Amino acid sequence: MDLHLRQSAPTDDERAAVDSLLGPPASAWDGGERGSMYDAHVAHGGREARERRHLLLPALEALQARVGWISETGLEYICARLEVPPADAWGVATFYALLSTTPRAPRVLHVCDDIACRSKGAANLIAELERTVGPAHGHGPDGNHVEVRPGDAVWMRSPCLGLCDRAPAAFLQHAGVSPDERSIGALSAAAAKSLLGGRSAPEQPGLTTDVPQRGDPSLVLLKRVGVVDPGDIAAYRSSGGFSALRRAIEIGADAVIREVIDSKLMGRGGAAFPTGKKWEAVAAQPARPHYLICNADESEPGTFKDRVLLDGDPFAVVEAMTIAGFATGCERGFLYIRGEYPLGVERMQRAIAAAREHGFLGDDILGRGVRFDIEIRRGAGAYICGEETAIFNSIEGYRGEPRNKPPFPAQAGLFGLPTVVNNVETLANIPQIVLDGGAAFARTGSGSSTGPKLYCVSGNVARPGVYELPFSAAPTLRSLIDLAGGVPSGRSIQAVLLGGAAGVFVGPNELDIPLTFEGARAAKVTLGSGVVLVFDDQVDMAAILVRIAAFFRDESCGQCVPCRVGTVRQEEALCRISSGRPLGGVAQEVALLDEVGLAMKDASICGLGQTAYAAIESAIHRVGVLKPAGYGSSNGGMRGRS
Amino acid sequence: MLKGIQNGATLYVVDPRRTTSAAWGDVWLGLNVGSDIALANTMAREIIHAGLHDMNFIGRGTTGFEAYRAAVEPYTLDVGSCATGVPADVIRDAAHRYARADRAMVCWTLGITEHHNAVDNVLALINLALLTGHVGRYGCGCNPLRGQNNVQGGGDMGALPNKLPGFQDVENDEQRTKYERAWGRDIIPTEGWNLTEMIDAMDRGALTALYVIGENPAQSDADVSHVTHLLEHLDHLVVQEIFLTKTAQLASVVLPSAATWAEGEGTVTNSERRVQRVRKAIQPPGEARDEIWIMSELARRLGYDWGHPTAEDVWNEVRALSPQLAGMTYARLEALGGIQWPCPDESHPGTKFLHARLWDDDPAKRGKLAAFSVVQHEGPVEQTDDAYPFVLTTGRRLESYNTGVQTGGYGSPLHRGETVDLSPEDASRLGVGPGDVLRVTSRRGSVEAPVHIDRGLRAGTVFMTLHFPDEVATNVLTINATDPRSGTAEFKACAVRLEPVRARRMPAGRRDERLAATGDD
Repeated sequence: MDLHLRQSAPTDDERAAVDSLLGPPASAWDGGERGSMYDAHVAHGGREARERRHLLLPALEALQARVGWISETGLEYICARLEVPPADAWGVATFYALLSTTPRAPRVLHVCDDIACRSKGAANLIAELERTVGPAHGHGPDGNHVEVRPGDAVWMRSPCLGLCDRAPAAFLQHAGVSPDERSIGALSAAAAKSLLGGRSAPEQPGLTTDVPQRGDPSLVLLKRVGVVDPGDIAAYRSSGGFSALRRAIEIGADAVIREVIDSKLMGRGGAAFPTGKKWEAVAAQPARPHYLICNADESEPGTFKDRVLLDGDPFAVVEAMTIAGFATGCERGFLYIRGEYPLGVERMQRAIAAAREHGFLGDDILGRGVRFDIEIRRGAGAYICGEETAIFNSIEGYRGEPRNKPPFPAQAGLFGLPTVVNNVETLANIPQIVLDGGAAFARTGSGSSTGPKLYCVSGNVARPGVYELPFSAAPTLRSLIDLAGGVPSGRSIQAVLLGGAAGVFVGPNELDIPLTFEGARAAKVTLGSGVVLVFDDQVDMAAILVRIAAFFRDESCGQCVPCRVGTVRQEEALCRISSGRPLGGVAQEVALLDEVGLAMKDASICGLGQTAYAAIESAIHRVGVLKPAGYGSSNGGMRGRS
Repeated sequence: MLKGIQNGATLYVVDPRRTTSAAWGDVWLGLNVGSDIALANTMAREIIHAGLHDMNFIGRGTTGFEAYRAAVEPYTLDVGSCATGVPADVIRDAAHRYARADRAMVCWTLGITEHHNAVDNVLALINLALLTGHVGRYGCGCNPLRGQNNVQGGGDMGALPNKLPGFQDVENDEQRTKYERAWGRDIIPTEGWNLTEMIDAMDRGALTALYVIGENPAQSDADVSHVTHLLEHLDHLVVQEIFLTKTAQLASVVLPSAATWAEGEGTVTNSERRVQRVRKAIQPPGEARDEIWIMSELARRLGYDWGHPTAEDVWNEVRALSPQLAGMTYARLEALGGIQWPCPDESHPGTKFLHARLWDDDPAKRGKLAAFSVVQHEGPVEQTDDAYPFVLTTGRRLESYNTGVQTGGYGSPLHRGETVDLSPEDASRLGVGPGDVLRVTSRRGSVEAPVHIDRGLRAGTVFMTLHFPDEVATNVLTINATDPRSGTAEFKACAVRLEPVRARRMPAGRRDERLAATGDD
């Protein structure tokens, strides 16, 4: 290992942060003190040290949480502990938005300026913060604060925080010995100033606001959310919890997979791949061990359904993961949860600990000799890590760049071994399938659209939140928006974004699109992650498109050229149009956007680049947000349809 | 080796310094300089006492086991630990892991061979391989890693004082006669001199003219001031080179030569005995000439007209005389991408494992059995004392090559010039920091070099290289204590003392300043 370290000592805080994760150093070669005769003649390391590479991201996060930024001395201490070259670790640290490699105040308020919050006035809120508090703290290596004092606080702009139902939203981080992290909803400028002034965050708003249908007896996925205490394993059990796990073990792994195949359950993360097929493929792989990943890196703008499940029914996630692990021959599962979900992390940690204590996780689950356990990995602010191969690299301690496929995860996934990756909502269906049987599940709906589905309704509707509708109810866009109370009175719908930033805009004349996989496909839209983001006629759609473009530019991992360059060119063109200075007219800019979009779609490695133009393209060509000012207009005139 | 590690191999590194290579290892055994035999013999005794030796192989493929067993018997774990400094449990672990491994290989470089008892060091390692049967099988064996692509090829072609091309013995009348017949000349029937013997011969005036091809003894040899003096006082010195080296600058005649690589045709042999073709891709610059052309012209002017044979003509002559290369036509080398000798005829596929024969069920096919060698630990010739309290060990750095003729002219972020590398403990004891200049003095001479602190060193051991002889002639310090059998000097160990000369003087704007000041190997 070519480790060239400066030998500058870490601060006590930095050492303590890293040691709290890795334990104290075993020798002088591992970041400890020199001087023993043993160390002078012996060192252990090599593979043993390299196999701890996956602890790199947790170690960086520990440093960030304790000190508020990752200094060179802190980074080098991690490098010495894990035998990772500093340049390599630096590459990882700079990959994630929540990790800072320049000095940053210990208290940071991340204020969402993404599309859902913009539809609820985030732009005005941010303008006021800029006026009254000062400019936002910068991201990246030229972050604008150099000297930091303990009491300092800054605010930063953030992409979607997954709190769209509580827009405008923010995420507060306070680094220290006992770090504090909070999600904040319905943020006002006054509240932001108070938070920056060091006052503690208000209590989390009750979960009832997340689930407007709370208590509806027909709910399946959301039945416990806001009803059953998420911190009480006994309450979970008395509401039917862990009976599916017991049944799964009784019928055996093969039978579980058969039921899941019969259920025709399609993945709910966006790609809609048949879950049973995925499980069958992994279970059949001779290579061992197998790994399970529950993808809770929900970062698609407008998406917050997984947060509601993690916050509101954590034991169900534990149970579903355990069944999945049992069925596919995994003994180790990772729950990869986005860093901006502190409550979800906390509740899942507690649920996992309680489940372990009660014999629902561990070496002898339910006394039946089944072995499975769950490890939580936190993301650190990188949308791309929700991509199913980027998540492997992120867990393994590398930059979260997607891998080329093939090989597919079922053959060579995490640590190069067969891996199941399932979305939280997908897994949440599993207990029901195991209890009722796949055939019964498949009868709820038709074709490939079976079972219940969650929709994240936000934007300009009366009751934003996560809605659960069975596919058998044949939901349409109109019925769902009506269920959410419709747009405020006196306003009209300008556009609806389906499936998130990687999805498609539809216009107000397309509200009868059926929200089933088949219906969406026929209408050339996507359900994606279930986003239904409603923009009324007051919203500046030009700014929304620029924000979407900025999102993709910011979140592109930079690995492949079409995406790295294309997302920048796309944002530039949209900025020129929206600022009324198109090069050669709007029509010419649109032609350029179409061409760049096609190149990204055809030639990018992963879904991010392939869909980076999808929403913008639909806004222009399907909804016609550039009309009626018209192509070629000298002032661009992208003020929507009003 | 890194590929092997990526494929899951376990690596034990034995080195007085914890180098970057050692950091890749699963275990580093940081033995005292020059205690390699003690380590090997201790491992051997432990293997025998634990019953992990391969009696099946020892019985069928070796000789001399009982004498060897008796010789290593005194090397208990405690004795070995005392001699090497490596804790007994770690030696024991290494012995057991090596002996129990399904496949295990011992690889070494100059840390084994640049000692006054180099051959004993090698024999001690061979003993371990014989003891455990890690011989003549896939993934096993003893592997001296070469620093160049064609060290083996030099031996193949008879560039040894006792061998003719194809390892035919000069002193074997039958073998020598074959060459004499082919060449129509008598060959001196006794062994020649190796490099160190030549230096001795120059010293006593027995050698007065020297023809040097592609070697830089004026900078690479131990006790280099003395060697330079001898070269300066030769009657005639011819140097055939691609660079105007320090040695070439002393020459009466310099013959500028084409590089073998890319500027000429021929073959090279790598360390697994694989002969491969090299091809000419470009014209050599200026007046540089192909080496075969130079020798042919030299011969012509000495009265023998060989014409101008091509590389293939020369190779075919080698094949005709050397049985183990006989089957390697250029066409076959081309078609098979190289062939491993022995390859006695044109239908022979080459030999993957030289010593697979030792496993043969048929005693006749086993041929000459492999002999255990009794070797004993003896430390470096020069021991530390009050006047010279530090052990200096010399070696190489990744980014540089030997005397720097081929690497000194290139920029590298790792280049930091010559330094004297110290442990943090010794630096603090001497009151010096990075960049401070130390005078390093041995019984033979003295040089000055800036300090570099290396956490991979322990107190009492200092490290220097030979890469920058123009700035720091490290070989002024080294001892010309030579193993009589290999002719290699003890570059790895001599006693020195260190004296601070002046505090750090950092030239403005030096790019590698930070690395030089605080980097770590």
